[in-house]
Amino acid sequence: MTLSAKIEHRFRGFHLSVDFSVIRPGLTALFGPSGAGKTTCINAISGLLKPDSGHIEINGQPVFDSTTSLNLPSRRRRIGYVFQDARLFPHLTVSRNLDFGARRSPEPPTPAERENIIEILGIGHLMERRPAKLSGGERQRVALGRALLMKPSLLLLDEPLAALDQARKSEVLPHLERLRDHARIPIVLVTHSLEDVARLADDIIVINDGRSMAAGPVDQILSRLDLLPLTGQSEPMSVIAADVLRHDIDGGLTELGFNGGRLWVARIEGDPGAQVRLRIAARDVMLALAPPSGISASNLISGRIAEIRSGPGPYCDIRLDCGGSILLARITRRSSERLGLGLGHEVIAVIKSVSVNRQSGIAPALNQPVG
Amino acid sequence: MWTAFTPAEIEALTLSLRIAVVAVTGALPVAIAVAFLLARGRFPGRAFVDSLVHLPLVLPPVVTGYLLLITFGTRAPLGAWLLETFGFRFAFSWTGAALAAAIITFPFQVRAIRLSIEAIDPGLSQAAETLGAGPMDRFVNITLPLALPGILAGAITAFAASLGEFGAIITFVSNIPGETRTLPLAIYTAIQTPGGEVAAARLTALAIALAVAGLVLSEFAAQRVRRLSGQ
Repeated sequence: MTLSAKIEHRFRGFHLSVDFSVIRPGLTALFGPSGAGKTTCINAISGLLKPDSGHIEINGQPVFDSTTSLNLPSRRRRIGYVFQDARLFPHLTVSRNLDFGARRSPEPPTPAERENIIEILGIGHLMERRPAKLSGGERQRVALGRALLMKPSLLLLDEPLAALDQARKSEVLPHLERLRDHARIPIVLVTHSLEDVARLADDIIVINDGRSMAAGPVDQILSRLDLLPLTGQSEPMSVIAADVLRHDIDGGLTELGFNGGRLWVARIEGDPGAQVRLRIAARDVMLALAPPSGISASNLISGRIAEIRSGPGPYCDIRLDCGGSILLARITRRSSERLGLGLGHEVIAVIKSVSVNRQSGIAPALNQPVG
Repeated sequence: MWTAFTPAEIEALTLSLRIAVVAVTGALPVAIAVAFLLARGRFPGRAFVDSLVHLPLVLPPVVTGYLLLITFGTRAPLGAWLLETFGFRFAFSWTGAALAAAIITFPFQVRAIRLSIEAIDPGLSQAAETLGAGPMDRFVNITLPLALPGILAGAITAFAASLGEFGAIITFVSNIPGETRTLPLAIYTAIQTPGGEVAAARLTALAIALAVAGLVLSEFAAQRVRRLSGQ
C-alpha cells in the first residue's frame, strides 16, 4: 500500500524535481497551481512518461529506476488512471468500457466485486449507453469504474472534477468520498482546488514550480502558516476530523466531538459515531482571553497559541493547538497587540455554528470494500 | 434488362468489378499500415514516404502504367523472376490490371485513412495502455474501429477510381477482351469501332448506373459505420 516517487525531468524549459511517498491507503492530494508539474508526476508514475532520471516504487516493487534502466511499460504497472477528460472509448458501450481493463487484468474482478463497484458509482442504469450519450459527471464515474475494475494497486486521478460545472461536480463528489472510504488502495488526486483537498484528501503533497514543498496529513499541512502562500493565502482554513455525538432534533443541531473539544453545528445526517470532516475558515474564528459571556456564538474551544505569522494586509494568522486538533484564526494585527497575544498563551476560540462547513459525506455502509 | 447487353459487355462489367475488388482489398492492409505510420510514426524519411505514396496521384497514369510495364513486363528482371519462380505474370493479365488500379488508387486510401487516424485522440490509446493493452491490442481494438469511417471512405473512393482507371491499365496490360478489357476500355473500343455508338451509349448508361448505385451504397455504409464507432 505504498508509493514512493523520486522524479527528475526536464522539458521545454521546465524542471521537475520531486521526491514524495504515499504510505497509506486513502486519498492523497497532489496539490499545486496549474503548471506546477502535477500531471507530469502522475504520468511518470503511471508509465505514460519516461522521466530523465529517478526511482519509482509501488508496494516495494520498483517500476522505474534510471540507474538500472528499469522502465516497466504502463500496461504492466496495474495503475488505474482517471484522466481529466475521462477518455472513454467512444465506440464501446459503458459496459464494454468498464470491462476493458478487467478483461486484460491478470486478476479480474469477480462478478460480485463488479456489481459492488457499479453500485458505489451509481452507473448501473448506463450500461448499454455509448459515451457520447453520457453527461460529464457520468463519464467521470464510468472512467472511475473502468480504472477500478482492473483491480489496480494504485489509483491516479488527474483533476477529474476540473472540467465539470458545480452541479456535475456535486454529482461526482459523493461517489469519490465513498470510494475513498471503501477502497483499500492509495488514491492520488491531482488538484489545484483547495476546496477539493479539504473535502476529500487525507494526506496532501504540495507541489510548486516543479518541486515537492511539503507532505503530510491535510489538517497539519493546511494549518502550517509558512505554507499559506502555497495553500491558499486568501482563504486559510482548518480541516478537522470529527465524530457525530448526538442530535438536537428540535433545535436542528448536531453536536460533534473532535480531539480537543466539541462543536454544535447545523444538523448533519448520520448516526452517532459517524465520521465527518469539518472545514473552518480562519477568518470565522474569533479569539478571546477568557470565556466570553452573553455572546451568541455557541462554540468555545480552548487552545494554546503555537504560531503567529503576519498575514496579508492588516491581518495576522494564528495557529492554535487545541489538544490534538489545529485551528487557524485570522485576526487583525491591532487586535493581536491589544490582547497581547504571544506564543504559548492560552486563548478561547469562538466559532459560530453557521461558519462551520461540513465537508465530507457520511459513508453509507457497503457490503464489501473496493479494490 | 440484361438481354440488352452482349455477353462481351457483361464480361467487361464483371471484369471491372473483379479488378476493382481485388485492387482495393489487396491494397487496403498496406494502406492502413502506411497511413498509421504516417499519422503516428516519427521516423527519418517520413516526408519521403509521404511523397512516394502520393506520386501516383500527380504522375500521368500512362507514366505509371509504363513504369509498371518496365518493372513487371515478362522481359523485365522482376517480371521474369516472378514468371520463372512462381509461374506468375502481371503483364497482359487481369491481375496486372488490378495491380495498376491498386497503385493508382493507393493515395486515396492512405489519405482518407490517415486523416481519420489523425482525428483520433491519442489520449484514448494512452488510456488503453494504462488499462493493460499492448501496442497491437490498442491498434486492433482502439485505432482500427475508430478509423473505420475513414477506412470505408478510402476503400469506396479507391473502388470507384479503380472502376474508372484507363491509362495505366491500357499501357501496362493492354486491351484484351475477357482479360483486361474493363468497362472504360470497352467504351473506348466501342467509340473507336465504326457503328459502335449504340454500344458505347449502353456501356455509358451502365457505368452511370454503377456509379449511382455505388454512391447510394457508400452513403448507407458510412452511416452504419459512424453509428457503430459512436461518432
